[in-house]
Amino acid sequence: MSKVDLVIIGGGPAGMSAAVAAYDAGLRNILILERDTSLGGILRQCIHNGFGLHRFKEELTGPEYAYRYELQVRERNIPFKLNTMVLNVSPDKVITAMNSEDGMFTIEAGAIILAMGCRERPKGALNIAGSRPAGIFTAGTAQKFVNMDGYMPGKKVVILGSGDIGLIMARRMTLEGAKVEAVCELMPYSGGLARNIEQCLNDFNIPLMLSHTVVEIHGKERVTGVTIAKVDERRKPIPETKQYIECDTLLLSCGLIPENELTRGAGISIDRVTNGAFVDQNRQTDIEGVFACGNVLHVHDLVDYVSEESEIAGKAAAAYIMNGKHEKAVAIELKTDGKIRYTVPQRITSEENVTVYFRVADVYRDVRIVVKDGENVIINKKKQKVAPGEMETVTLTSAMINGITSGSLSFGIEGIN
Amino acid sequence: MIRELTCIICPKGCQLKVELDENKKVISVTGYTCKRGEVYANTECTAPMRTITTTAAVIGGGVVPVKTDKTVPKEMMFDCMKVINQVRVSEDAKLGDIVIENILGTGANVVTTRNVKI
Repeated sequence: MSKVDLVIIGGGPAGMSAAVAAYDAGLRNILILERDTSLGGILRQCIHNGFGLHRFKEELTGPEYAYRYELQVRERNIPFKLNTMVLNVSPDKVITAMNSEDGMFTIEAGAIILAMGCRERPKGALNIAGSRPAGIFTAGTAQKFVNMDGYMPGKKVVILGSGDIGLIMARRMTLEGAKVEAVCELMPYSGGLARNIEQCLNDFNIPLMLSHTVVEIHGKERVTGVTIAKVDERRKPIPETKQYIECDTLLLSCGLIPENELTRGAGISIDRVTNGAFVDQNRQTDIEGVFACGNVLHVHDLVDYVSEESEIAGKAAAAYIMNGKHEKAVAIELKTDGKIRYTVPQRITSEENVTVYFRVADVYRDVRIVVKDGENVIINKKKQKVAPGEMETVTLTSAMINGITSGSLSFGIEGIN
Repeated sequence: MIRELTCIICPKGCQLKVELDENKKVISVTGYTCKRGEVYANTECTAPMRTITTTAAVIGGGVVPVKTDKTVPKEMMFDCMKVINQVRVSEDAKLGDIVIENILGTGANVVTTRNVKI
């Protein structure tokens, strides 16, 4: 069994920036394990632009953003193994992996960074009536077909779900000659960015049907159409509003799920809201020396934030190896009121400034984000609008953290009309 | 008249209000939170521009992602797509190589956004 100081599972944007940050913090014995044929992760198929505005102050496409990090990895000669599938992570940080060159092998890791990303919610989880003909794809699968392999999955398309990948694929399919009949969204608001509704749907007069869902899929061998219907406030379809749309393809863009099989296998506790590990400000899980970052921890809207978060994890993992074990400070738990769905991190064991990322449960206008220590308000931040599709942040200063007396902080939204 | 727009320059997606006169000339813009939003509102109401991101076929099979290195007129997007879909990119092309120069006289080049060979 070989020994490696820091093993990073996943060579996408999270894994690469964690590796670079760990290296730049002084750590040298690093190994990235990536199951795909090259570094870059999902960015390789995200050929549209809009990446890197925060990081690089310019607008890059996904492959360009990924390549900048790949170059940083290569310049530092950080080793990586491609085509390598990690099968298991044990609680004592032994990694079992395999590839066609080395066969099955184990590595004893000093520290591990989990950077496996996320996957799309599959159709099986959606309970749509009808048969299961060819022509039903997740938006990301269609994106891979079109952008990586050069195949068009269909000509007349209905998209269920208005997440960003669905919106991006509406434009992509249209540019390549398909007709996108409609994008149906179960919720009364879109889960995608406003700019994508503008440039991916409005630019091509593709209707966004809010509070609508697909109630039936038609076709035997191949999709021939779908029946859609409006839904009521309880999200139940209203039978009188049913309408048939002829199409040969149904794309599903219904959310992303962090890919945490390895995390669970290691016995790391998972937050049921984020579907990612519970972490502290260093993105350390409840197993010491095991960190998580990027979409495996919680789904991000912008890769720029993935890079930012992964640098935190990379730096902290390097410090863990080089400075020995952390003394366990008393943890401050971060709690939420339901209107704020979750925070990352979920606990703080530091006395330095900590930026807390969070997501809200619904669209709220003219509200205040309130952080309280018991009854004591320590942050009261006005917001014109918050929406579930856009991650928010507040920064807790070390003075605030040192002043906490109740052992926890509650994050909530107030002043909602 | 007032035209409402969503700025597409960054993920923030500011809601812009543009006041236009009867000749569709911009009188005023509100709602932007940076200079680029104001510029966007002006061009969007006079001559809307877009970046095209798509793929181009590689000689010997497969596709490589490409983009226009500047924005092109919005109404020319499909014409540009026709031209891009006819080009065949060399297997040795590197990230940033020009595949089509000055596409349809727009002043924008079509460039690859990754190395063809990984």
